[in-house]
Amino acid sequence: MSVIPAAVSLFFHRTASPPHFYALANRFIPWLTGIFFLLLLAGLYGGLVLAPTDYQQGDSYRIIYIHVPAAWMSLFIYVLMAVMAAIALVWRIKLAEIMLISSAPIGAGFTFVALVTGSLWGKPMWGTWWVWDARLTFELILLFQYLGVMSLYTAIEEKRMAARAVAILALVGVVNVPIIHYSVEWWSTLHQGPTVTKMDKPSIHISMLIPLLLMALSFKFYYLLAALQNAKLELVKREASSQWVRNLLENQA
Amino acid sequence: MNLETFFAMGGYAFYVWTAYGVTFLVLLINILLPMLQHKQLLRQLALKQKRASR
Repeated sequence: MSVIPAAVSLFFHRTASPPHFYALANRFIPWLTGIFFLLLLAGLYGGLVLAPTDYQQGDSYRIIYIHVPAAWMSLFIYVLMAVMAAIALVWRIKLAEIMLISSAPIGAGFTFVALVTGSLWGKPMWGTWWVWDARLTFELILLFQYLGVMSLYTAIEEKRMAARAVAILALVGVVNVPIIHYSVEWWSTLHQGPTVTKMDKPSIHISMLIPLLLMALSFKFYYLLAALQNAKLELVKREASSQWVRNLLENQA
Repeated sequence: MNLETFFAMGGYAFYVWTAYGVTFLVLLINILLPMLQHKQLLRQLALKQKRASR
């Protein structure tokens, strides 16, 4: 009688089944890589070559094309992880656990990049590599949150239990995301305010905005690509003794 | 625009190119590491399976 819910549930169970997901990841990775490189090259060309020099900051502002997309990714990936943590805790879907833990190193990477590029931009513009103001401090805490998720998962031997512990940790830590986002409005700070997300009147010229958005989009594809790569590894690790991994090994030999 | 002024980045070459260098190094590591580990794991498991079937 209820054909549609049954079909939807069948779709999720099939997609979320490890062997099916593994095959799907293999199929998607080359496409994601291709799209990532195209967007990246277009973004870099637009940002480093076509976009004009900033009238106040000179060419140092060109760090924006990696700094801002990386900072966005550091928040975006954490929110995704919290969503997957909720799914993993409520429905105990193994794939949600896998995607949660597979996202952590990539999120940590982007957070690290946001901090380092920010520092390299701060030195010539603010005259200092680092200040303990709200935006920077909470972003540093975010890096520790990512590292905490990764080390907690490694520390607990039994992986189902490790995933539950990590899911709770990731979910609790999500409070930091709005704090980082609004930190430049709540506290007075050296860090400049939002330029792009003021949708009514973005204070950035279109020739600078387009490469910025291209870079942001390319980083999204990079995330998918890297997370799937991690997920493949994690799936095989966890299911090493299952039939589908044995079949996989046989097909390879 | 000639190449020299492009690389000079208006005097900010060190900051700009270090930022881009670090970024792509991190992105590269985060892709290559799981790929290598995955390959290694498959090789290990295949070896184990071969031994077990003997």
